[in-house]
Amino acid sequence: MSTDTVLGTPVTTPTTPVQRAPRAPGFAADTWNVMTRELKPLLREPATVIIAMVQPLVFLALFSPLLPDVGTGSALQWFVPGIVAMTALMGASMTGSNLMGEMVTGSHERLLVSPLSRSSLLVGRALKEVVPMLLQAAIIIAVVTPFSFDLHLGGVLVGALVLAVFSVGVGSLSFALALASKDQDWLFWTIQQTLIFPVLLLAGVLLPLDGAPGWLSFLADLNPLAYVVDAERALFNGSFALDTLLPGVAGAGVVAVLGLVVGLRAMRSSS
Amino acid sequence: MTFTQQTGPVIRTQGLTRHFTRHKSTVEAVRGLDLEISAGELVAFLGPNGAGKSTTLRMLTTLIAPTSGTAEVAGYDVVAQRRDVRRSIGYVGQGNAAGHQQRGRDELVSQARSFGMSRSAAHARTEELLDAFDLTEHADRPVAGLSGGQRRRLDIAIGLVHTPGLLFLDEPSTGLDPQNRANLQEQVRRLHAEQGTTIVLTTHYLEEADAIADRVIVIDHGLVIADDSASALKSGLGDLVTLGFADEPTAVAAAQRAGASIAGASIERTGRVVTLRAAHAADAAPGLVTDLAAAGAPATRIEVASATLDDVFLDLTGRSLRESADTATTEGAAA
Repeated sequence: MSTDTVLGTPVTTPTTPVQRAPRAPGFAADTWNVMTRELKPLLREPATVIIAMVQPLVFLALFSPLLPDVGTGSALQWFVPGIVAMTALMGASMTGSNLMGEMVTGSHERLLVSPLSRSSLLVGRALKEVVPMLLQAAIIIAVVTPFSFDLHLGGVLVGALVLAVFSVGVGSLSFALALASKDQDWLFWTIQQTLIFPVLLLAGVLLPLDGAPGWLSFLADLNPLAYVVDAERALFNGSFALDTLLPGVAGAGVVAVLGLVVGLRAMRSSS
Repeated sequence: MTFTQQTGPVIRTQGLTRHFTRHKSTVEAVRGLDLEISAGELVAFLGPNGAGKSTTLRMLTTLIAPTSGTAEVAGYDVVAQRRDVRRSIGYVGQGNAAGHQQRGRDELVSQARSFGMSRSAAHARTEELLDAFDLTEHADRPVAGLSGGQRRRLDIAIGLVHTPGLLFLDEPSTGLDPQNRANLQEQVRRLHAEQGTTIVLTTHYLEEADAIADRVIVIDHGLVIADDSASALKSGLGDLVTLGFADEPTAVAAAQRAGASIAGASIERTGRVVTLRAAHAADAAPGLVTDLAAAGAPATRIEVASATLDDVFLDLTGRSLRESADTATTEGAAA
């Protein structure tokens, strides 16, 4: 039995090494692999991007006509940024269900035994969320632009960037929830459904929070999505005022960092 | 690709132990396993559901950490050097390797890339495996739409994409119909014979362990209770000869005479039936019947059975593996 070097690596244990992979891909390559794998089903069936949009589109069609014109712009000008943010939240918060499916059928286990790092398994999945989010935002904006919505492309693009960061964070939290709900689907859906509407309402997505009582505006102040939505409304109006943009970027950033930290912890303890 | 000389053990465990705590009670799934498996072996872990086979496999493949004890796989520690272990092994789990929303071809390429194969090498290997496992025409369909047998073939293809020198298969044939099970066993045997791949699989099918493994490790309640080739395990137990007689006094006389003529036989008599178990009893049976007839105790019925692995398990544990497996499955289905 030999204890000499194999492939230049000192062998510290006396069992015989078997043939191994030619070279280890780094974090970036692994993450790209995971992300493109996650995007394949969407690429093969692009229509699935609609699933997370059903509710936002219903609100857009049946709720926005009831809104009185707010301030300077049309009701739609005020409502659309919130609906785009709502779509991002819906899509990213549901994305853990795909992982849960893979945990049940076995492909998640296969990936855990593959050389892919735990961090790339989480980050690759989370980054993938950006793609459906952008598609959904583009669809909504394409739908509303013929109506009383003024398109400010620069602002919309920066707004999409902020939402991309937010989606990565929410997606990571959703994966963490999926991993924690192993073998208990109901747990995932109960928590996701319980949280989503309070978060939306406390962000002023459906109705303005201007006249809210003190306790309600206190809760809204704690909601990162509220800052993101405020920033989106300014950006979609073509305003880059830093006093709304920066809190929005910070809100999205906080969610992203929190999501990645919690998500990584969950992925590392997954088995 | 680099091939290294394969001489010593590829797997070594020392005191490998895993406990699970559920509802405040501790289950000792694997208890102090000491094991060595050499390069080129084809080993089956055989035991009823819940015996600790899969838990052992999950520790060896880095999915779960041991509670205590150590395991080295392909030269690496399964706790301290997990990623090195993962790069060195192939793994086919109980579930499906391919995501049900995915296409088989995409999954093969992705798996190959995760092992650092170049894009062109990954695609070439994918086509090779699709062809070898007769999956080419199903490669671009959603995995959810494939049959159970097609999905299992895809699982194995994914496990083999980087031509691992050491392959783990966890219950590879569970849920397959007899035809697909036979095909799978043939593929495993061929892989072992043609590539010299070291293969470790778990099974609760006696016939499967008997048919394909060079070495059978019988596990029960988290302990290794036997470890040998299937034929050695069976011949150690000996053949079972059952003789029927016209009446009880004849049977009593026959039992005595048989005991004297076959050394080391264990003999039991129930009414008019005498059962005799001894090594090579099948060879001795014709002579014994002639001898008994000459002595005035002619047998009216004879049945000769070689030992099966179930007999081995029954002998070791006092339970039938077939029954334990069935019971466990029924309980599992009811739960």
